[in-house]
Amino acid sequence: MTATTEITLRYFAWIREKTGLAQERLTLPPTVETVADLLAWQATRGPEFADAFAKPGIIRAAIDQRHVKPATTLVGAREIAFFPPVTGG
Amino acid sequence: MAVRVQTQDFDIAAEIAALTSDRTDIGAVVTFTGLVRGQASGHDLVSMTLEHYPGMTEAELEAVEAEAHARWPLQASLIVHRVGELQPGANIVLVITASPHRQAAFQAAEFLMDYLKTRAPFWKKETFAGGQSAWVDAREADATAVERWTRSPS
Repeated sequence: MTATTEITLRYFAWIREKTGLAQERLTLPPTVETVADLLAWQATRGPEFADAFAKPGIIRAAIDQRHVKPATTLVGAREIAFFPPVTGG
Repeated sequence: MAVRVQTQDFDIAAEIAALTSDRTDIGAVVTFTGLVRGQASGHDLVSMTLEHYPGMTEAELEAVEAEAHARWPLQASLIVHRVGELQPGANIVLVITASPHRQAAFQAAEFLMDYLKTRAPFWKKETFAGGQSAWVDAREADATAVERWTRSPS
């Protein structure tokens, strides 16, 4: 699956500010299979990511620019985005 | 049907004219405009900065607009949402709906705003007098407002 494929990760709003990154390209470890797995793994990537992903329950995700749930598989994903609940309008 | 995400302001009268010019079948036009309030949580606001997810934002707005057209007999619609730094009093968002009769136009405009506020990837950051700034939290009331549309209309 995505284990050997580079994907794009994008961050918005306070998640972007806390990680210090708007986007990055990387290869996910094979144990990361779902959105929830990826949220948990992000929190292990150092102090900035631990802070940004400390409360995974309030973070929303999109795969290839569509809203997804925590249980959604990452298979076939090219771009995964993390952001707070939206506040437009 | 059209959606636009832009930094520049919009002209409500010009947008209505563009939707209705050269046609005589439209009987009702409803517009909603959202503006930046000068106070938030009792503090004076200096500016509000809107961030978005380019591409996904337009796709979400187009999807909600298509859903509105599926639910109501709309003849035209427009969603314009600004991004970037906005001052108190500035326009943020414009929704226009047109239909033969008012009820569909009113309901569809509310529907578009309720869905936009809970689905379209925009985020507001407020900057206050004194320099401190904070991201706006999502409101529970917005999530509740969108639930009333979950019934099947037809």
